[in-house]
Amino acid sequence: MTSSRFIITVIGSDRVGIVARITTVMASYNVNIVDITQTIMQDIFTMIMLAEAPKENFDLEAFQQAMDAEGKGLGVEVKVQHEDAFRFMHRI
Amino acid sequence: MLVNPKEILETIQMIRMEHLDIRTVTMGISLRDCSHPDIEVFNENIYEKISSRAKDLVRTTNEIQSLYGIPIINRRISVTPIAIAAESCRSQDFVSVAKTMDEAAKEAGVDFIGGFSALVHKGETGGDLKLINSIPEALASTDKVCSSVNVATTKAGINMDAVGLMGNIIKKTAELTSDRDGIGCAKLVVFANAPEDNPFMAGAFHGIGEPECVINVGVSGPGVVNAAVCELENPNLTEISETIKRTAFKITRMGEMVGREASRRLGVEFGILDLSLAPTPAIGDSVAAILEAMGLERCGTHGTTAALALLNDAVKKGGAMASSSVGGLSGAFIPVSEDAGMIEAVKAGALTLEKLEAMTCVCSVGLDMIAVPGDTHASTLSAIIADEMAIGVINKKTTAVRLIPAPGKGVGDFVEFGGLLGSAPIMPVSNFSSETFVRRGGRIPAPIQSLTN
Repeated sequence: MTSSRFIITVIGSDRVGIVARITTVMASYNVNIVDITQTIMQDIFTMIMLAEAPKENFDLEAFQQAMDAEGKGLGVEVKVQHEDAFRFMHRI
Repeated sequence: MLVNPKEILETIQMIRMEHLDIRTVTMGISLRDCSHPDIEVFNENIYEKISSRAKDLVRTTNEIQSLYGIPIINRRISVTPIAIAAESCRSQDFVSVAKTMDEAAKEAGVDFIGGFSALVHKGETGGDLKLINSIPEALASTDKVCSSVNVATTKAGINMDAVGLMGNIIKKTAELTSDRDGIGCAKLVVFANAPEDNPFMAGAFHGIGEPECVINVGVSGPGVVNAAVCELENPNLTEISETIKRTAFKITRMGEMVGREASRRLGVEFGILDLSLAPTPAIGDSVAAILEAMGLERCGTHGTTAALALLNDAVKKGGAMASSSVGGLSGAFIPVSEDAGMIEAVKAGALTLEKLEAMTCVCSVGLDMIAVPGDTHASTLSAIIADEMAIGVINKKTTAVRLIPAPGKGVGDFVEFGGLLGSAPIMPVSNFSSETFVRRGGRIPAPIQSLTN
C-alpha cells in the first residue's frame, strides 16, 4: 500500500441524485475527491472517482459499509478499492 | 483522469463477471524445531507453533480483501512434511498428528492445511512408512488435512515400491470415506518432482529448503482468460497466445500486490506467486472453455493437447513478465471434477483418461480429480500413477495424480463432492491387468537427462 487514495466506482441505472448522495457520504467521512469522471454506457450509469482518505483515524470498513448501504438505497453498486488494485494490474 | 477509466472498468469486470480471484494465500510454516520422541509432546509443539504463527492470517487477508476489493477464496497453511518432522516420534502411526493439524487449522480459521506428506522418491525411511500407512485413517478422521507423497524425481527416477504402495493406500482411503464417495482421495496427491513452495491443495507442503515462515499466493482466473479469448474477432493462434499472455500478466500483478501486502502486514517473508488457471465448477470459470474458445468443438478432441500447450506456455510467459517471484506450479490445471467444461466433455464422450494423460505432458500438473470405478484394482491405480510419474520424470516437470476410486460406483455413475471439489462422472480404466509389472517393485532409474552436472 503506497497511499491513502481509493478508487470509488458507482455502477447502475441512472437516476436523479446519485452524485449528490454518494458524495455526501464521502464528505461525512472526510474523504476528498481528487478526480471524477462519469459516463453512461448502454443506459448503465458509471461513475469513477479517485478519492483521498484521511491518513489517520480512517475506518475503511465503516466507510465501505456506509457507501454500500447508500448504493443499495439508490439501486446502484458502489465499490471502494485501494488505487493500487488498478495501478498494479495495468502498470509496472 | 489520473487513473485510466478504461483500465478501472476492465479490472472491475474481471472481478464481477469473470471470477477473477486470489485462490489462496498460503502460509508455509517450518515444523523442524518441533521434533520430540514423545508424540504427545510433538503434537503440543506443532499445535502451538501453527496456531501462533497463523493467528493473524485470516484477519489480515480479510482486511486485504476489502482494501483492494478482490476476493480471496481460501486461506491455507502448509507445513514441513510430517514424515520428516515426526520422524523421531516413538509411535506406531501418525494419525494423531493429522488430528492435531486439523485442530490447529480450525483454531486458525483456515480452509486447508497441507503437509501430511512424505518424500520417498529414492526410498523410504521408517518415518516415511509410518506416515504413508497412516494416510487412510488420517484423511478419514480429519476435515482440513491434505496429504501428498512424492514418489519420483528426474534426479532419482521412480520408486516403484512406493508407487505400488500408493495404489493400496488410495483404495483404502476411498474405502474409509465410502459414505462420502471416497472424498478422502480428493485430499491425497501422488507427485513426481513436487514443488516445495506450491500454495495449491492438496499438494502444498513447506519444503525443507524453505525459510521459517513464508507467504505464498495462488492466483486464478480461467474465466478472465476465457472472456479475453472470446472477445477476439476471428484471431489466429499467435494472436490468441498474445492475448492470453497479456491477460496472465494482469492477473499475476494482482496476485503479486496481494502477496506483498500480506507479507508486509504479517511480517512474514514473501515466497512465491503461483499463477495457475485453476477452474471452479462455476459456469465460465473453466479451462476446457478456453480450449473450446480456441476452436475445438469439445475439449478432448484432436488438437486439445496443442491448444493446452499454447495456453500453458502463454500463461507462464505472461506471469514471468509480471513478477520476479513466480514459482510453484504456474500454468493450467485440468481437474475434471472441478471444471464444468471438462465434466461436459467427459459426458459427451469427447474426453477420455488416455487423452487427459496426453494433456498432462504439456500442462502444469497431472491426472487430477478423476473418478474411476470403485472396483478398480490397486495395481491398476499404481500403473496409472507410474505412467504419470514417467511423464514428469522424463519431461523434467511436476506431474501429479489425484484419483478417486469411488466405492460402489461404476462407469455411468456420478460422484458429488460439493464446493470447490465439484462432481465427476466415473471414467473407465483399461480392463487389462498391470499387476505383474507393478508387483516387480524396485526403482525405474533416473533418465539420462538427469546427468546434468
